[in-house]
Amino acid sequence: MKLSQVKKGQVVKIARIPNEQVRSQAIRFGIGEGSIVICEEIIPAGPVILRKNRQEIAVGRGLAEEITIQAVS
Amino acid sequence: MAHCHELGLKIDIPENGRKIVLAGNPNVGKSVFFNALTGLYVDVSNYPGTTLEISHGRYGKDAVIDTPGVYGISSFNDEERIARDVILAADVVVNVVDAVHLERDLFLTQQIIDTGVPVVMALNMVDEAARQGMEIDVKLLSELLGIPVVPTIAVQKEGLEELKKAIDRAKPGNISPELQSRLTRMATRVASQGEALLILEGDPVVAERHGLKPGPHREEIYLARRERVNYIVSKVIREISQGATFSTRLGRWMLRPVTGVPILAVTLYLMYKIIGVFVAGGVVGFTEETLMQGYYEPAIRGLVTKFMAEDSTLGQILIGEFGLLTMTVTYVLGLLLPLVVGFYLILSTLEDSGYLPRIAALVDRVLTAVGLNGRAVIPMILGFGCVTLATIVTRLLGSERERRIAIFLLALAIPCSAQLGVIAGMLAGLGAPYIALYVLVIFTVLVIVGTLLNYVLPGKSSDLLIDLPPLRLPRINNVLKKTGTKSFQFLQEATPIFALGALLISTLQVTGILEILQNLLAPLTVGWLNLPKESATAFIMGIVRRDFGAAGLTELSLDPMQTLVALITITLFVPCIAAMLVLFKERGKQEAPFIWIGSWIVAFLVGGTVAQLAKTYPNHAVTAVALSFTVLTVLTVLVIKNLKTRLALKANMAKEG
Repeated sequence: MKLSQVKKGQVVKIARIPNEQVRSQAIRFGIGEGSIVICEEIIPAGPVILRKNRQEIAVGRGLAEEITIQAVS
Repeated sequence: MAHCHELGLKIDIPENGRKIVLAGNPNVGKSVFFNALTGLYVDVSNYPGTTLEISHGRYGKDAVIDTPGVYGISSFNDEERIARDVILAADVVVNVVDAVHLERDLFLTQQIIDTGVPVVMALNMVDEAARQGMEIDVKLLSELLGIPVVPTIAVQKEGLEELKKAIDRAKPGNISPELQSRLTRMATRVASQGEALLILEGDPVVAERHGLKPGPHREEIYLARRERVNYIVSKVIREISQGATFSTRLGRWMLRPVTGVPILAVTLYLMYKIIGVFVAGGVVGFTEETLMQGYYEPAIRGLVTKFMAEDSTLGQILIGEFGLLTMTVTYVLGLLLPLVVGFYLILSTLEDSGYLPRIAALVDRVLTAVGLNGRAVIPMILGFGCVTLATIVTRLLGSERERRIAIFLLALAIPCSAQLGVIAGMLAGLGAPYIALYVLVIFTVLVIVGTLLNYVLPGKSSDLLIDLPPLRLPRINNVLKKTGTKSFQFLQEATPIFALGALLISTLQVTGILEILQNLLAPLTVGWLNLPKESATAFIMGIVRRDFGAAGLTELSLDPMQTLVALITITLFVPCIAAMLVLFKERGKQEAPFIWIGSWIVAFLVGGTVAQLAKTYPNHAVTAVALSFTVLTVLTVLVIKNLKTRLALKANMAKEG
């Protein structure tokens, strides 16, 4: 599943971020591959807002379509 | 006295003096620490090879150097490269950390520690962390990191003295254990541990300096570091309460379109009230007319005419209509300075409160349609203040492609506040339908041109990936400090450009070329735009100063439709001469003329289309124009969308075989 298909309130695991630079930046922000995040908000057709503990990150729609996630029940 | 050679910056460091470097994430209050250490005497120098500025000063016999706010050091962008080089050259690093944002900030802290430099941490905003129900075990944090940690509340000056004392106790911290053996191996080839680390992390620039290949282990090292940081955070933070506070809820409302759009609309309305009405009307009226034109200009004219006649060539250049000592000074100090200060005051408030990244996220979708991302909202808003300023600020955008699009749109369709004042005055006399039509035409042009550029330009724009910091009340000190620095930097950068522009136009006037240009433009204005011949003067004036152009129109007797056509054309027409010169500086000799001529073509094309439509349907002019432009926009957007889908399909088919 892609990050763009996530639902609000869903807890997911970031499985794969294809772009190398984005991958490194994501690790710095604490949402790198393997981290468990919660989708706090989805702006319709726009960015997905992820939260991990107190850290909130806005991920643009185009990027969200490239990021693979796994649902964590 | 020794110079700081390895940085390429000219900083005087006394013998036995150390280089104290301030480092931290964006918006953690670094500047307050910088001021506390250096006092009033601060130097700002341009960092070689970039457009960024670095502040440095003295603390006792030590030099203090500031760095741009970054999330980590590497070669991802100019800010990071500078922070990297300054930190690598440091004797002591003062790492400023936002206590509320420990998870994010400690990544940089650990990376700095891994470079092996002595570090001391200022754990800032501990009051806010406490208010949010977090308890931080400072002693344990210090033990785990292996460096002194001083809790501070910088804006209230709490902890600053303790921090100054702690600088002498700064020491190399605990390096991530897995990293140690690798670093030791690399250290046989590279003298400094910091450079060895960056080579291991695959930094191409540092690797090249040593003639080595960048290491392939960046992600491994980053992940290990992230894990270590998460472990430390889990050990030192105790959450006392986790209830949703008002600011958390407000933060959400700002993001949801249903509530976020009205909040944004109110914010923009307030901005318009403050800048458009209070500053542009009241303050500028006083500074430009009363102060500069009332007192300054007569005084300087009196002084200069003692030495030369006003109508001599040099006299015209110095104190004539576009004089270096008259118009340039009045324009920069009387008109632009109040506007720029006003804009930066608001922008810094929005930035400091944490609202700006939320606006960027909210409008991201709209801006991706024209090949930009949410971050471009900052230069776009600034453009309504001064296009010159906004053009400089586009540097914060992620790619060349985005800068190209943003700068073209700024040059074309964003009227600056000086011009907006005159335009609003003239439109107000025409009534609501014409005002609506003006806004519609300019907006559709923005959408059509942006969509086309996004389609035509090769490459892909960068996607939004930003951190949404917790909302907080803006701190007055910070806002004022930021406004002061930014406004000053703008004046420093733009004044010579305005002077050069004035000089250029004076020369054209003295040599008579200006008049020839006016005559050349006549067929276009009369035949195509349906305006009187004299309107050509307004357009020529518009090249100098955008509001001059608009003001030149008030002297002509025009019917409502003619006024509208003239205003639309002058809005889309080339930006003022200072903005043009910045454009040349930022975009180079090959691209800038293209943008310049492009905006001529679009301006006359759109203005003429409106004029011709109005001529063809004299009884329903407003409706005809409104309808045509709406249809045109929808068509453009749909056709481009269709083309894109087809291209994507083709690419997919090619991929599959």
